[in-house]
Parts: sequence; C-alpha cells; structure tokens
Amino acid sequence: MNYFNQDLASLHADLVAKKVSAKELTQATLDNIKDTDTKIDAFLNLNEDAALAQAAKIDEAGISDDQPLAGIPVALKDNIVTKGLTTTAASKMLGDFNPVYDATVTEKLAAAQMITVGKTNLDEFAMGGSTENSAFKPTKNAWDQTKVPGGSSGGSAAAVASGQVPVALGSDTGGSIRQPASFNGIVGIKPTYGRVSRWGLIAFGSSLDQIGPLTHGVKDNATVLSAIAGHDDHDLTSSTQAVPDFAADLNDATSVNGLRIGLPKEYLADGVSDDVKTAILAAADTYRKLGATVDEVSLPHNKYGVAAYYIIASSEASSNLQRFDGIRYGYRAQDVQNLEDVYVKSRSEGFGDEVKRRIMLGTFSLSAGFYDAYFLKAAKVRTVIMNDFKAILKDHDFIMGPVAPTPAFGLGDEIKDPITMYMNDVLTIPVNLAGLPGLSLPAGFSNGLPVGMQLIGRPFDESTLYRAGYAFEQSTDFHTQLPTLGGQN
Amino acid sequence: MNFETTIGLEVHIELKTHSKIFSPSPVAYGADPNANTNVIDWGYPGVLPTTNKGVVADGIIAALALHATVEQHTHFDRKNYFYPDNPKAYQITQSDKPIGHDGWVEVDVDGVKKKIGISEMHIEEDAGKNTHERDHSYVDLNRQGTPLIEIVSKPDIASPAEAYAYLEALRQRIQFTGISDVKMEEGSMRVDVNISVRPVGQEKFGTKTELKNLNSFNYVQRGLEYEEKRQQQVLMAGGAVQQETRRFDEKTGETILMRVKAGADDYRYFPEPDLPALNISDDWIKELGDAMPEMPTKRRERYVNELGLTDYDAMVITQTKEMSDFFDATVALKADPKMAANYLQGDVNAFLNDNHVDLQATKLTPANLAGMINLISDGTISSKMAKKVFKAITAGEEPKAYVEAHGLVQLSDPAKLQPIIDDVLDANPQSIEDFNNGKKRAVGYLVGQIMKQTHGQANPQVVNQLLMTALKQ
Amino acid sequence: MANRITREQVQHVAGLAKLEFTDAQLDAFTPQLDDIIGLFETLSEVDTTGVEATSSVSDQLNVMREDVADNWGQSEALLKNAPDAARGFIKVPAIIDESEDNE
Repeated sequence: MNYFNQDLASLHADLVAKKVSAKELTQATLDNIKDTDTKIDAFLNLNEDAALAQAAKIDEAGISDDQPLAGIPVALKDNIVTKGLTTTAASKMLGDFNPVYDATVTEKLAAAQMITVGKTNLDEFAMGGSTENSAFKPTKNAWDQTKVPGGSSGGSAAAVASGQVPVALGSDTGGSIRQPASFNGIVGIKPTYGRVSRWGLIAFGSSLDQIGPLTHGVKDNATVLSAIAGHDDHDLTSSTQAVPDFAADLNDATSVNGLRIGLPKEYLADGVSDDVKTAILAAADTYRKLGATVDEVSLPHNKYGVAAYYIIASSEASSNLQRFDGIRYGYRAQDVQNLEDVYVKSRSEGFGDEVKRRIMLGTFSLSAGFYDAYFLKAAKVRTVIMNDFKAILKDHDFIMGPVAPTPAFGLGDEIKDPITMYMNDVLTIPVNLAGLPGLSLPAGFSNGLPVGMQLIGRPFDESTLYRAGYAFEQSTDFHTQLPTLGGQN
Repeated sequence: MNFETTIGLEVHIELKTHSKIFSPSPVAYGADPNANTNVIDWGYPGVLPTTNKGVVADGIIAALALHATVEQHTHFDRKNYFYPDNPKAYQITQSDKPIGHDGWVEVDVDGVKKKIGISEMHIEEDAGKNTHERDHSYVDLNRQGTPLIEIVSKPDIASPAEAYAYLEALRQRIQFTGISDVKMEEGSMRVDVNISVRPVGQEKFGTKTELKNLNSFNYVQRGLEYEEKRQQQVLMAGGAVQQETRRFDEKTGETILMRVKAGADDYRYFPEPDLPALNISDDWIKELGDAMPEMPTKRRERYVNELGLTDYDAMVITQTKEMSDFFDATVALKADPKMAANYLQGDVNAFLNDNHVDLQATKLTPANLAGMINLISDGTISSKMAKKVFKAITAGEEPKAYVEAHGLVQLSDPAKLQPIIDDVLDANPQSIEDFNNGKKRAVGYLVGQIMKQTHGQANPQVVNQLLMTALKQ
Repeated sequence: MANRITREQVQHVAGLAKLEFTDAQLDAFTPQLDDIIGLFETLSEVDTTGVEATSSVSDQLNVMREDVADNWGQSEALLKNAPDAARGFIKVPAIIDESEDNE
C-alpha cells in the first residue's frame, strides 16, 4: 500500500464505503514502510501495536462522513512528544525517552482519529537542513537516494514523498518543513507563528518554531492544518484567531484572478541556481496567465536574515537545551565522579556536534559583554526584516519565491561546512523571523530533482496561500510526477 | 577614622496561591517528595509555562503596598544557570521590566523616622529543594514553581538596626495584604544581605560582602553588626575588604568566610519567548488597590490619635493583620480600647505562644473578648474573675452566659455588702483599734476577711468605700 | 582567521554551557565559531537606531491562567524516567557548593 494515487478525500471515501478497513489500511501502511524504509530510512520508530489496536477500535465504531481523517495513517516528526511512544528528537540524549504526555497536535490527531504509525527522522533537535545530523541515521531523498531529503523534517518529507504515509507532521524553525518538502517534491506549510500549539514540540527556537503538515497535495495539507490548528491553553503564545476550514474553499472555482503577488528580487539573486530561477519565473508566468499580477518587490534586509536567525535561534536553543542535564530524564553519563561530571559528561556525550555548535553560539551571543552586540542587535534586525515584509504585504496578497537556492544536494556534500549549510536557509529563515505563514509546493525539476516554490502570506492568512497553491497545482503537473522508489509508477 | 555603612537587602517572599506560578500544580507543604509535580515542574521536553494571574495580581498588590510604581508593560525573562533543583536550568523571572519599581517603606529607629527606598520588585519561580546525605543529594521538586516576589532595597540602609526595622516594616505591610504568610521560620520570607563600609566622605561604595544563613531578623541584625565591625577593623588595619560570601554562625554570632567571589556571575538573561508580554491596565491596578486593607502605619496613627493607645501598644497590635482586625472588631463592639489592647498583647499573645497557634486558628472571637471587657468595665466581674472568663472564651464560650452559669457575678450592691462588713467588723475589734492607731495594714486584713466571706465575689472598690465609711464612724 | 573569538573564550563559553571539548575538537571548533561570528557581525551594517527589539511574534498579549490548582498525577511516571531515584527523590551525586541554593 502506498499513497501515490490517493488523496485524503478518496481514502476517506474508501473507508466510509468499507472498501478498506482502517486496520487493513494501517497494516498495509506498516508493511510498506518496513519494505521501503530500508532505502529511505525515514522512520526512527514504528507504533505498530498501538496503531493496529486503534485502527481496530475505529473499525468497530465505524467511520462516518463527518470524520474526514478517521482511520488515515499519519507520521510524526520525532521531536513531537507521544505518550507511551519513544520520542528521541534524533538525539542520543533522548535515546529511549518515553514522554509522560502527549503534544497538543498528537491529541488533536487522535481526536480526529488519525492513526499515528510512527516517528520520523530529523536533524538532532531539528538543527540542520539535511537530516544528516540525526544521531541515528541519515534519511535519503525519495527521488534519489544519494541525495539528502533536506531537513530538519527530512524523515517526514521523505516518508510522504515515497508514499509511505499520506500525511506527516514536521516542525519549522528556519525552513525545516518547507525545504525538505521542496527537496522531495511535496507540499509543506509553516503556519503563522501561533497558529498551531507548540505544547509537546521539543523546543528549538521558541519564538520561531511552528508545527505544520507535509502532504502530496495542497488540499490535503489544508485539511490537516485545520485539524491541528487553534488556540491551546497550554501554549499562551498560540493565537485565539478562529481557524477556518482551509480546504473548503479549494474547488473548481478557486481562482487567483486579480491577486497581487510580490516577487522579491533578492529571492532570485546570486546563489540561487539557474534551474530554480527558471522554475520560479515560469511559476510567475503561470500566475499571470491565471489573472494575477506579479510585481518585482524588494526585501532589502533579506541578506541579514541568516545572521539574525542564527543568533536568535541559537540563543533560545542554548537555553531550551540546558534542561538536558542528565538529572531528571534522558542520558546520564556513567563514569561520573561528581555532579559537575553529570552535567558536563552527559551533555558532551549526549549531544552531537551541530547541537553543540548552536549551543555554543547561543551561549556566546547571550553572555556578558556580548548580549547587546549580538542578541539584542539581532532582535532589532528582526524588527527591520518584519517591516520589510509588512511594507510589501500592505499592497500584495502574498509573496512568491524559491524555497531553497538549489535542489537537494548530495549526502555528505555540505555537512562539513556550517556556513554553507546555514546560507541554504536564506530564503526560508526571514519568514520565521517575521512569524508569517509560508507554503512550499512543487514548481519544477532540475536534473530529475524536485524544485519547490514558496508562497509567503500575511499573518493568519494561510487561506490565500492555499488558494494560490491550489490554483497553481491545478494548472501544472509537477505534483503528479512521482519518484520511482518501489517501482509503483 | 569614621565609617559609614551601606546595607543592601534582597527579600524573597513566597506567595500564598493555590497553584504554581507557571504550572497548575498545587502549592502545598508537607506532601510526599515530588507528589505535587508535573511535566512542567520537571522541565520536560516540549512543555510550556502558563502565567498564573493570581501571582501577577499579588505582584501588583505588593507594589502598591510598598508605594512602588506598577510597571504596566512588563514581561518575564530567563535567568540561566545549572543546578539540580532548577529543572529547566533557567529560572523564569523578571529582569529589565520588573512589575514594580521605586517604592519605599518608612522605618522608625529609636524615634527617628526614615524612608528606605525599594529599587524594584519582581515575580519569579522558586526552585526545588536539595537535601544531602553523605555522597549523594536528593532532589524534591514540590517547591519548584512556587511563586515568589523578590524585593530589592536601595542603598539607603545605614545600620543593622535600620535593616531590622526595614525588614519588620516590609513583613508587616506584606502580611497585611494577605498575599504571603511572611514567616522566616517557615521559609515564606528569606533574606539575602550585603554590607559594605567606607570612610565618611568617600564617594565610592566600599567592597561588599554577602551574608548567608540569616534565619531571623535578629540574626540579620547580629550578623550585620559583626560584619560591620569586622570590615571597619580590616580597613583600620590598612587592609582591604574582599568580595566574598560569609556565613553567620548562630552560636558564636560571628561571620565565617564561605568563598571568595571570583568575578560576576553570567546568567545570560533574555526575554522569555514562551510567555506573552503583560499590559497591566489602570482598571486592574485600581480594582486591586481599592480592595487593599488599611496598612499598619495608617492603623497605628488611628490607634494613637483616635483611640488613645500608646505608640508601643499600637505597634504591638499591628504586628499582624489578624491581630489588628481583631482589635478593630473588638473596639467596634464598644470595648474599652486600652483594655482591648492590653488583653491582646498580654493574655491573648501568651495564649497563642503557649499553644503555638495563630489567632485565626483559635476559638477566640472579638464578640467574646468585647463581651468580657464590657463585663469588667461595668463592674459585673472583677479583673481577677476575668482570668477564669478569659479561659472560657478561649474555649469558645460566651462570657455573659459563662459568668452567670458559674455564679461569677461580682457583689457590688451596698445593701448586700453592708451586713457582711458589719459582721466582719464585729468579729475583729482589734483591727478597728489598730486602724484607729494609724496602722493602715489593718484595712487590708479586713478586706481580705470580707472577700473570704463573699467567696471572692465582692467588688473590691465598693467594699473599700463601705469599709472606710464604717471605720471612720 | 580574524580572531573574533579566542580558544580561551570558547573554553569559557563551554564552561557556561556545561560542555567540554578535547584539544582536537577545540582546534576544529574555534575557527568555525569564529567564521560564524564573523557572519553575525555583518548585522552591524544595519542601522537600528530607534528600532525596538522583537522577542516574540505571537499575537497574544495578557494571556494568563486562573489560579486554580490541578495535580496531573504524573509524579510516579516522572520518577520512573529519572536516571537515578530513591524514596521519591531524584538522586544525584553530592552537591558540594551550597552557595547557589535558593537562587
């Protein structure tokens, strides 16, 4: 069983019509994952017994028309806590960590009766853009197993792209949903900051992190976002804004006619590969043909986004990750003489190099004598970057551009050089700094590898992004092209 | 060489809320270790704090009680440091926008009144508790997240006696607001102290030392007195005071070096991204201000000026809000204020101390105390009888009913007393002769006899009056 | 290498972060951090005079929880996760320096 040819609506119809039972679907999904994951390495942990038991219960109760997600398998990035199911954040620090509680999104998926089949790989603590920073194994790109799947939600993206699951949740702090979605030719959204509760998301950069779905199509993505979004009493930063039924507006009549789109010139600057530029310019033409206007606009401070981001995200991370100290849970070093050893050895042995690098950068940026020049300066530049976006979005419905400067790179190509790696996020990072929604969807190919497009909207206006994404999807065939993995096509 | 002293006090006050400051776990004492903890208190991966509205309200109340300006645009910050009782390895506190700033309290040291400034006060979470046994320490996170207010003084305190008075003024004002028990012996009030001395005229503050283990106001004063002298002696001997932390030894009254400070701590404060900022409205401040009880200084003025109490009486009565409220209620029932004050400071306090209870935990009521005092005032019972009645009212009995039931009514009717006096005089001619010979002592003897005849119920004043009239005839 | 951060500073920061590095790791790490800090320093090109710092992009303000106690009953499960526990306490090697107590 793979999910190349069925969207959520058709799966739902099959389940309601009892063409397939939830248990059969779950079993087939698990079988396929076991079969294909030897090539992809998308999963860290399967939830076999509990998933089958839940499916059986759902079958017993029956699935009605108004439960569009009931009985449908989903995978969660392994930095989202699941009660009773090991959650590792792909770190040795949490090698066999059994969270005592569920994330709000985990609860919401359960309430929608989706079946969590397993936990997907990521860069350790979501720090990275290739999933090579996982303490356990690198995940491979669904299209070419010598390429990275992107990151940090590489496991979730590869799992969806390779047809293992129809939906996976990821998290995005600086592009971690959008970039792997782009590298794997699928749809991913980083919702507006505060749209989805962060309760139970193992924090990386608290003022930047958001959870979002990865799917094959735009409409599926919209359906799942509606299910996981909304205010949560556990997360005071979560918004009280009403959550629309994002998918309801997506139909034959969906149009972008009359919309104004901004295309920042900085998004097609040096460093962005020709194939990516070509794909985005072609997408702009598609939108023009659909009746939208596309203006060249400018985000003059875009290039400072990477520096501001790595200061802010690393500073927050340095504080967020101090709790991993070997005292209350997780990894505690064995050869300890005293308390200081418990701290230093547990942390030095438990964290990988990239995590340590970020902790060091963040600790440095906050330390006495450097706070003003680094952390505070970055927080001010953040305001400047936000204002750039505000200026454009005042008279544009959304902004379009590439997701990443290049398609997926080779495994091992960039991991040795942190700065090159960090610069890869230059087009996604500013969106997190500004807290805006960003949708990534397939927009072309380069040497057989997918190229993604990013749509950036006004706060809490995911609806416009989905509408524009859906209209684009209906006018193009990029999303219908599938990787050959497993030989299904 | 003459010196001047500068003392700084950081006071932590534990708030009496139902739930913790950033988690709904109960704030309660005496539970099994870690029984009142959840994933938030343990700093689990993925948890987020939620701000307890009651704590913010208490912060505003404390600011108002200490004449501070409420910071209406406030937020929380993280203070980063590793310690086993600090589960997130950061404490959520307030750094650059504390909830209150620039307050003061007035102190009175040997009749000299002085305002002591408060630079700021902020709300924050308490840590857990570590206990130590041989080569291991044991961590209990029940206290983790208990709400605290930290109050930081301005460098206005110039003597150990002023430090004591400042602490007492703070304790009283906070106690009156009801937001905390403010009891040092129970840890709901904790004091960190620093002190420096400098030659008079020197502009720069001297090097300060910090004192630890000061578990009562008395120890604070004694520790500071010792440390003040020690620093003066070091300077007079041509030495330099080191920046260090010293421990007060309760037995010897000395301070002992714990460690020399090697440079400033680096707590890497930054704004807490998990908690939205707070905009405190004028309406909320007004609402909380309007509901605040009258503060002890105001009450003392009223007691002295309107009720005729001495300064000392007024001070003792305003030690706690409960005592002061009790007094007000007793006086409102027409009890003589001076007598009410005497009973509260005397018998009532003795009773509370003997039984180790707080006033509100006893069966004593203002109505019964006022009832008893009024019985004394109108001559129904004697002060001596009142001893028995007091005992009864501590057990919750109504004084008038008790007096009647036990026949404690004082004999004041001259018509009933006269025959008894006549009998006693008849039986003691020698005493009459002694009296006539100028021996005043004879009167005492005769009164004693009369009291004996009346089983102590005779009103001594009436007896005295009648007896003197009879003797002079 | 521009020497924006020295090896000693890296060691100092590692101390704050409770991390330790071998000499070889420090040799590799120090120039890397130095490069990244060089990137950070490009921010000085941005004029931020009069610009407020942004520390949150949440649209929420003044959200608070009512003061109601609720024990989630998790202590047993939490203790089970502790690497070392005894009699309901989390057990750690002896804390020697008591001076940091009650921060």
